[in-house]
Amino acid sequence: MTREMTYEAIMSRRGEIMKRAVGIDYSVFEYGKVAFDYEKIMRETGYTLQEMQQIQGETGVGNTPLLELKNLTALSRKIAPEGKGARIFIKDEASNPSGSFKARRAANAVYHAKRLGYKGVIAATSGNYGAAVASQAAMQGLKCIIIQECYDSTGKGQPEIIEKARKCEAYGAEVVQLTVGPELFYTFLKMLEETGYFNASLYTPFGIAGVETLGYELAMQFRERVGKDPDVVVCTNAGGGNLTGTARGLIKAGADEVKIVGASVNLKGLHMASDGDFNRKSFTTGHTGFGIPFSTWPDRSDVPRSAARPLRYMDRYVLVNQGEVFYMTEALAQLEGLERGPAGNTSLAAAFALAQEMDQDQIIVVQETEYTGAGKHIQPQLSFAKENGIKIEFGNPEDEIQGENIILPSHPSLIKAREIEMEKLRGSYIKNCVTQNNLTEVTEEDLAFLIKDCKTTREFATSILNSLNVKIIE
Amino acid sequence: MKIEKGTWVRIHDIVLSPQERSPNLPEDTKKVPLEMWVKGFLLEEAMIGERVAVKTITGRNVEGTLLEANPYYDHDFGKFVPEILEIGLQLKEILWAGEGHD
Repeated sequence: MTREMTYEAIMSRRGEIMKRAVGIDYSVFEYGKVAFDYEKIMRETGYTLQEMQQIQGETGVGNTPLLELKNLTALSRKIAPEGKGARIFIKDEASNPSGSFKARRAANAVYHAKRLGYKGVIAATSGNYGAAVASQAAMQGLKCIIIQECYDSTGKGQPEIIEKARKCEAYGAEVVQLTVGPELFYTFLKMLEETGYFNASLYTPFGIAGVETLGYELAMQFRERVGKDPDVVVCTNAGGGNLTGTARGLIKAGADEVKIVGASVNLKGLHMASDGDFNRKSFTTGHTGFGIPFSTWPDRSDVPRSAARPLRYMDRYVLVNQGEVFYMTEALAQLEGLERGPAGNTSLAAAFALAQEMDQDQIIVVQETEYTGAGKHIQPQLSFAKENGIKIEFGNPEDEIQGENIILPSHPSLIKAREIEMEKLRGSYIKNCVTQNNLTEVTEEDLAFLIKDCKTTREFATSILNSLNVKIIE
Repeated sequence: MKIEKGTWVRIHDIVLSPQERSPNLPEDTKKVPLEMWVKGFLLEEAMIGERVAVKTITGRNVEGTLLEANPYYDHDFGKFVPEILEIGLQLKEILWAGEGHD
């Protein structure tokens, strides 16, 4: 029988394809009208911390160095008010086998795929996760296909994504490159159906659980080294898995007083699915184009229920501008002797500003770095921006207009972490739950789920539901 | 140019024409097709621009238009960006000026 392969036909088979490609029946965990048992799904389909440490340890993943950034701390104290300027640390995740923390997520996903007997894995990603899956597949002897959104309609590719393609191929993976558009998901489903491979999604319980080791290590390393937990952990936020897994790991270590801050690069006004905007973006991830929609509607991901649920754990969410991240990337190289890629430096720019609000005996930590190289480095990224008509200038980063200019701060004191109102995010999360599920009423169980899923109060959740004319029933 | 069978090549194909694309797209994306590039071993001798089939590194057979033989990467570290030089100099001045580091 030949199956119909049109966009509509493939999308309508989505549920069936996913079930076979992930090996999880999500419906077992669902109840009420919107709720599902998140902890149960993490417990029954994920791995224990100890199992994960072993799986990751066997492939050389994890136990990355924790580095104190003494010169950046000193610089922030020159600018900060008297007595302020927390110690800034960074977890050097670039030293994982594939060059980023994504190795943790991939180690679990690929191990799981092998255990279930899949012959290969597929991941839809333009980022470090592709390289991580490819690296792990190489170690486990599985085939690997990575699908990327890479080019605009003129065939011009983002240098950073092209570099990731190279890296995936270096590990023996097949790379399928596409032009801009959300139908990447269609191609992904079509290939899952064609190959019968495992969907090594970023958002499965095993993928997210894989990051828990990072949070756990952080707590242990700080206790050994300075005798206490860090005060603030800053996570670059895109799909939410980095923040979710790290926070869960910290909680598992008993470090539940640590404040979790999400940080994203502000790409306001640049549409994620726009062909014309694609190469006007100087960041391919860690930006608001993923960070905001995935925080306020996590189930938009490539699995029915995303295990990345950042609002459950996030205490603050701040934005930095592109010029500030490039500036900090250069500062990290020039003052700390660490040449690293852009992803973790988004958090570093935020941490540099946030440290100035904190006392000198407090600790703020950036929980990742990533590898750097041709294409994904401040030099080619700024050079590419210039070629695409983006002006590079020194000034006040507040004046940055995304897609038109990149403003490098004329002085490091101009680097700011701009607060996003958490209540706004929580409100829009609840609203999305209502509109995506066409709800007119929710049960008490649903309400309890919503409260937990965006870390809010009963009062707040009820007021949002009331404003949307959604009834709460027994 | 004729390319021999078995050569490592790059092909191009249209996955969805503008009419077949998802209904929810920005205006500019709506007007263009969804395109795909894949690499593989050429299954039959062919000329550049011809419709061909390749076997990818994972063993899939994929069809498309033959673009190039022996594709290679040429992404690099970009052109010189003078602004970058100023950052390090300024930071060192702020942090260490007057402390004998000149």
